[in-house]
Amino acid sequence: MNASLSGLAAQFTELALAVLLAPLLTGWVNQCRAWLQNKSGPGLLQPYRLLGKLFQKEIVLATNASPLFRAAPYLIFGCLALAAAIVPTLGTDLPLNAAADAIALVGLLALARLFISLAGMDVGTAFGTLGARREMLVGFLAEPALLMVLFTASLISQSTSLATIVETLAHRDFVIYPSLAFAGVAFTMVSLAENARIPVDNPATHLELTMIHEAMILEYSGRHLAMVEWAASLKLFVYSCMGLALFFPWGVAGGGDWLGIVLALPALLAKLAVGGAALALIEIVSAKMRIFRAPEFLGTAFLLAVLALLVHVLLEG
Amino acid sequence: MPFLAHYGTQLINLCAAVLLLLAFTMLTQRRILSLIHLYTAQGLVLFASTVLVALVTGQAELYKSAALTLALKVLALPWLLHFLIRRLNVKWDVETLINIPTTMLIGIVLVILAFNLAAPISRLAGTVTRATLGIAMASILLSFLMMITRSKAVPQVIGFLSMENGLFFAATAAVYGMPFVFEFGIAFDVLVAVLIMGVFFFQIRERFDSLDTRHLERLKEH
Repeated sequence: MNASLSGLAAQFTELALAVLLAPLLTGWVNQCRAWLQNKSGPGLLQPYRLLGKLFQKEIVLATNASPLFRAAPYLIFGCLALAAAIVPTLGTDLPLNAAADAIALVGLLALARLFISLAGMDVGTAFGTLGARREMLVGFLAEPALLMVLFTASLISQSTSLATIVETLAHRDFVIYPSLAFAGVAFTMVSLAENARIPVDNPATHLELTMIHEAMILEYSGRHLAMVEWAASLKLFVYSCMGLALFFPWGVAGGGDWLGIVLALPALLAKLAVGGAALALIEIVSAKMRIFRAPEFLGTAFLLAVLALLVHVLLEG
Repeated sequence: MPFLAHYGTQLINLCAAVLLLLAFTMLTQRRILSLIHLYTAQGLVLFASTVLVALVTGQAELYKSAALTLALKVLALPWLLHFLIRRLNVKWDVETLINIPTTMLIGIVLVILAFNLAAPISRLAGTVTRATLGIAMASILLSFLMMITRSKAVPQVIGFLSMENGLFFAATAAVYGMPFVFEFGIAFDVLVAVLIMGVFFFQIRERFDSLDTRHLERLKEH
């Protein structure tokens, strides 16, 4: 009973941390990007200020908006919060991990994508439909690549549970896995595409020809928009933590180790800070692709992930 | 050194994987300039892996090969290629004969083929690097594929050079490198080949106003 209580506490700490820190990560990436462009930047807390402002504003709804349109922001936020709870960030003793493995995580992300696309098409404006179609195009190509990356890590640790993967990589003898080099490149490409980052989509644009994510949420306002923006930050946070869990798992505490969990927090913050700066750097040095290049980009990611599996069989099998 | 004894082989495997990654990225690249950068990176990884094999196995001969790799494949040849594309003024997008996604799919099939072919040979070899033989063969085949699918002369030459990188790596993987005289000879062959091909580039361009080797398929002038 005691063990499960500490597990529950760790689980809720982790969830609260993800929900509260996610806008900070977005703010940090934007700030780094501004610094790299020689601008002064809006400050780290800008996403919180934006959320605060949006929560105070009233909602303007289209007359033909269905209940789905109003429910979607909460559903998306719920899916991503649950996904954030599955990814081990501080400790590996998470009760939810027994219920949901890496494949369920991909499923949750897909569910969030489904709802945001449906909401985008709900009002029936041209932009919403356009954005939803593009999102589905990117999504259906990114998902198999993400699954292949997770399967590579699963093959190494003989389990699809993320907690077990982190345990294997962080707490056994240190081994260099060449297959994870391929998987890491593939994962970076997938997360750039999934989080509407620069080679595939530009998070700062409202130019109709190029936008994907922004096109879907044009009709949202007030607290609905706040929830969608918060969910987008949470998605970036989930992907960053997933990347850290798979490729840089050191510092995450083993099961039920309280001191380890306390020590894991500064390690997590440091890793996220470096990861966010790296993301900003990638965005600065690359140019936005044409939308029709996105399938090629994600196809490369998928094939690299397949190569990771092959290399695992050859070198580590 | 306990560190090397423990992680040496793993680091060599990592180098091999990065080599394969670079060969694969070359296959997907459209720009000549990035191809040259990738070729330079491949040379660097090859240098690192040769030094590692030398450290792990204590073969002094391999240090000489590593130095040769550094001088030729990281410094001389990329410089020569940069010089050539500057003089020929070709930085444009590379035309491929088959589109890139299809090329990548063929590439995956080649990798599987190479891994299967190398598996029985690796079992016979007694070197610490035997597992990487499949990767070496895969990078040779991928570079070969790149030569076949490009229509312009410069990417074909880069494909040829990266194929030589793969062969060099295969030699290190299977038998700790060839005798130094052979390696020296091959290195100079490659250098001379690039010089001659450089002359060819100018000749092809003067004759056809383009570096597209498809022009060479016609025997008669129209």
